[in-house]
Amino acid sequence: MSELVDRGGQEVVGVSRIEGPILVIENAGNLGYDEVVEVIDSTGHMRRGRILEVSEKMAVIQIFSGTTGLSIDGTKVRIQGSTLKIPVAEEMLGRVFDGLGTPIDGGPVPLTNHFADINGQPINPTSRVYPRDYIQTGISVIDGMNSLVMGQKLPLFSGAGLPHDQLAAQIVRQATLGAPAGADAKHAEDFAIVFAAMGVKHDVANYFKNSFAESGALARVAMFLNLADDPPVERLITPRAALTLAEYLAFEKGMHVLVVLTDMTNYCEALRQISNIRGEVPSRKGYPGYLYSDLASMYERTGRVKTSKGSITQIPILTMPNDDITHPVPDLTGYITEGQIVLGRTLYQHGIYPPISVLPSLSRLMKDGIGEGQTREDHPHLMAQLYAAYAHVQDVRSLASVIGEEELGDVDQKYLAFGKAFEGKYISQSFTENRNIEQTLNIGWELLGLLPKEELTRVSLAEIEKYYKGI
Amino acid sequence: MSERVGTVKWINGPVIRAEGSRHVGMMELVEVGEEHLIGEVIGLNGSMITIQVYEETSGMHPGAPVFGTGLPLSVELGPGLLRSIFDGIQRPLPVIEMRTGSFISRGVHLTPLYRKDRWEFTPVMKEGTVVTGGEVIGTVPETPSIEHRVMIPPDVSGTVTWVAPAKAYTIVEPIARVKTTDGEKELTMLQRWPIRRLRPYKTRLDQSIPLITGQRVLDTFFPLGKGGAAAIPGGFGAGKTVTQHSIAKYADAQVVIYIGCGERGNEMTEVLQEFPELIDPRSGHPLMERTVLIANTSNMPVAAREASVYTGITIAEYYRDMGYHVALMADSTSRWAEALREVSGRLEEMPAEEGYPAYLAARLAEFYERAGYVHTLSGEDGSVSIIGAVSPPGGDFSEPVTQHTKRFIRCFWALDKSLASARHFPSINWLDSYSEYLDDVAPWWHKATNQNWIGMRNKAMELLSEESRLSQIVKLVGPDALPDEQRLVLETSRLLREGFLQQNAMDTIDAYSTVQKQIGMLALMLYFHDRAHDIIKMGATISVIHKLPVVDTLIRMKTQIPNDKLSMIDEIHEAIDAQMTQLEADYK
Ligand SMILES: Nc1ncnc2c1ncn2[C@@H]1O[C@H](COP(=O)(O)OP(=O)(O)OP(=O)(O)O)[C@@H](O)[C@H]1O
Ligand SMILES: [Mg+2]
Repeated sequence: MSELVDRGGQEVVGVSRIEGPILVIENAGNLGYDEVVEVIDSTGHMRRGRILEVSEKMAVIQIFSGTTGLSIDGTKVRIQGSTLKIPVAEEMLGRVFDGLGTPIDGGPVPLTNHFADINGQPINPTSRVYPRDYIQTGISVIDGMNSLVMGQKLPLFSGAGLPHDQLAAQIVRQATLGAPAGADAKHAEDFAIVFAAMGVKHDVANYFKNSFAESGALARVAMFLNLADDPPVERLITPRAALTLAEYLAFEKGMHVLVVLTDMTNYCEALRQISNIRGEVPSRKGYPGYLYSDLASMYERTGRVKTSKGSITQIPILTMPNDDITHPVPDLTGYITEGQIVLGRTLYQHGIYPPISVLPSLSRLMKDGIGEGQTREDHPHLMAQLYAAYAHVQDVRSLASVIGEEELGDVDQKYLAFGKAFEGKYISQSFTENRNIEQTLNIGWELLGLLPKEELTRVSLAEIEKYYKGI
Repeated sequence: MSERVGTVKWINGPVIRAEGSRHVGMMELVEVGEEHLIGEVIGLNGSMITIQVYEETSGMHPGAPVFGTGLPLSVELGPGLLRSIFDGIQRPLPVIEMRTGSFISRGVHLTPLYRKDRWEFTPVMKEGTVVTGGEVIGTVPETPSIEHRVMIPPDVSGTVTWVAPAKAYTIVEPIARVKTTDGEKELTMLQRWPIRRLRPYKTRLDQSIPLITGQRVLDTFFPLGKGGAAAIPGGFGAGKTVTQHSIAKYADAQVVIYIGCGERGNEMTEVLQEFPELIDPRSGHPLMERTVLIANTSNMPVAAREASVYTGITIAEYYRDMGYHVALMADSTSRWAEALREVSGRLEEMPAEEGYPAYLAARLAEFYERAGYVHTLSGEDGSVSIIGAVSPPGGDFSEPVTQHTKRFIRCFWALDKSLASARHFPSINWLDSYSEYLDDVAPWWHKATNQNWIGMRNKAMELLSEESRLSQIVKLVGPDALPDEQRLVLETSRLLREGFLQQNAMDTIDAYSTVQKQIGMLALMLYFHDRAHDIIKMGATISVIHKLPVVDTLIRMKTQIPNDKLSMIDEIHEAIDAQMTQLEADYK
């Protein structure tokens, strides 16, 4: 047990290399992997860093705020002897922090002796409670076709210039977490929002702040901001700091927490930068091979556990470079999250809000959150039918573009009309329109009325009998 | 039991290097640091020991001790495996929960199998018997579904000097003694086996019995032989996990090993909550009674993810050796390959394609080779079938894991993103998928159903490939330009796609089809086609055919006909007859 000495406070000198945000020191014998250190420059100014690799002879340190101004001589490294921890407290709601969790709203440092490791620990699969409670967002394409469930991780896949921020803000404003669908849960004691910004512009952060303020939720929001002009390395910490607070609120304080992370693409770029400087073998597009595991270590911090009535629901936002859904960032995200809401440029150009591309969107937890007792008994089949019909519309449209609309057969003409109405009445709704599930489902049946009964093979005969009002 | 063998010199995530004893063995299980984190030796160079650590290494520092155990990384085998859920290195997750709550802390040392339970042992062997490895000493009713056969360990042989009388014992109490050339050995129901070493058997046999999964597109179109290997590649959301879950629920295997390898926590929770409630259609007992779960989710340590598939396959082989048919699902083998890549990268090994180590193909081969239909050491027949999900980046099958996997499997169930987005599930593309077991299993099908299964299957495939060719033309000129005979091909193919290939895993009736229902449905659709074809030749148009009420019946029958009411198939046959005969009259 002789190794168990308190190593905190010791200092090491001997910087051998500085490159980008990376600092390499010699004689690092006492540093621990993944621990935090304080780096003091020749003027006595302190910045923090984290150990990425360590041996007896050297250590690779990633400096959160960058290495500008550090020199080979005159830089000291002070050992902390622990991994990065942040204070967590209920009082952090209503506050604004920087990307490392330090207050930047002029208020005091949260008063607590509860500190938590930003990496968290994996939830034991046997301790999870499978999420099944439907959350009404008031947005038809989501509620009707890709329902959100409490404890789900459902990202928005977007593109530059698309209204993902508005959509996220609308979801946050209208979502009724922890209350029966339709009821106003915003002011409830057990509701909280944790917002983390990674490399987004000031106006994006302000947009969210104003939106939270307008809906009266600001006192229930904790914001962690690493903005576009903040150090990129810091954004590797920001979502983890935010999730650490979220876990505390959800699993120790029993709250229903909605976490919004934006923009995950900026996060991944920062990770790629560090990886490239370290000369690691890249996998696709220069991203490190461990990007999947790294993203999973954040996205999986979502859900419900047996020991708490709280929950964490995650809505990460990412922009797909070049609108390419096969790019590693959306691709690996989609492999981890429980579905995705995909925004489409064509719909947007046609003036449709929210411009959600229905076909590539998916909610995997929907199946247990809808139907009899949750939404309505016809919901699962109705959804499948709308999907199938709208998928067929795409085929008909491409045929029409070749042979001309007039040449289409009767039934296909009807599909065209259905497609148009679906986009105009079902997908499209205003930024302030909050539809309840009944309204959403009824619009769906109204649209199916445009199609002949024989086409509706996904809904049951009983459902047709009850809801179909067609031609 | 563990002695200090070295000192940590370098730490990079899950990979550490230590300096120390030259007596440490390759693949030896070691414990690292003051917390005794579990690791495995993966490289030796002089006195430098390279170790992959199965737990989080945060806070580990140079100078920390390394302890040797002298044993290779092994699993515990014995009664109590079924109904369990373990992590990648076989630690029981419910016990971890009791120790550290809802979150998994590191440094938890637990025995995989519970020592205190007593199991009703019945000897089947007499004292004085000369035995070799694999022979059955006695049996234990492990669960209502499975009788556990306690075997002589594969590497033990000699004369039985004592067998315990029928009574309940714990797994650590002696149940037999065998006099071997190395002296007398005491046996318990608990045995160990190194996870990276395949368990021996007598001979390999042909794979001529299909693993019936209850999934129509698989069983009828792309069957997997028992003891064979299949891959399910597909982009995210294409349906790999739902398919694997369906197979785990409905396959006619006696034991199911489900490995969640680097995937979602909630998916394991779903199985864990569902399987004890669901009844196995064959044994009549809850599915969990035949299931072992291994969960090393994406956020759990990456090196243990690498171990998880070996842990799973070793347990599978153990039940195979008892003479059972075992189905093993690994979701996803890509995450396992990525774990290899991550460890390799940190070792700065020379990468081959896309950063994967050059030995990727060899590891995949080793894994899939552990599938097989064998004659066991105990003289029984048993099998391990492997079904591996593959998650290709961007859904592009040309990447290394999919490509190498293809070399070692004989059944390829290609999932298709565009089918999935149109909610055609399972989104198995019937043109890109293949099974090399078709001819092997055809005699079984003919015997089981008394019908020309292969002929019907091929006829249906012909229609579907004809449809694909015709739809290229339709895209240019519209369907109206085709002659009615060809439009009938489109119509029947639509029936096949919507009414047969599509199968809703969430529908109580549709989720699982017996072989009798499958062949019955297929026969109806082909019969419809033949009758309609004749009538069109007589001059009827496709639109009259399309309007026949029986078309809707054929599309809906999958959700209307329960597996135990197959007489409804005859009724539909009569309906086809009646409606067609009436039409015929109009055109005579
Ligand atoms: N046979 C089926 N019946 C009904 N729905 C299905 C079926 N197969 C897949 N789905 C639907 O598709 C969704 C995604 O399927 P699944 O989770 O199996 O994808 P996956 O290929 O495992 O994706 P990932 O690689 O991201 O894990 C499911 O949540 C379900 O909604
Ligand atoms: Mg999956």
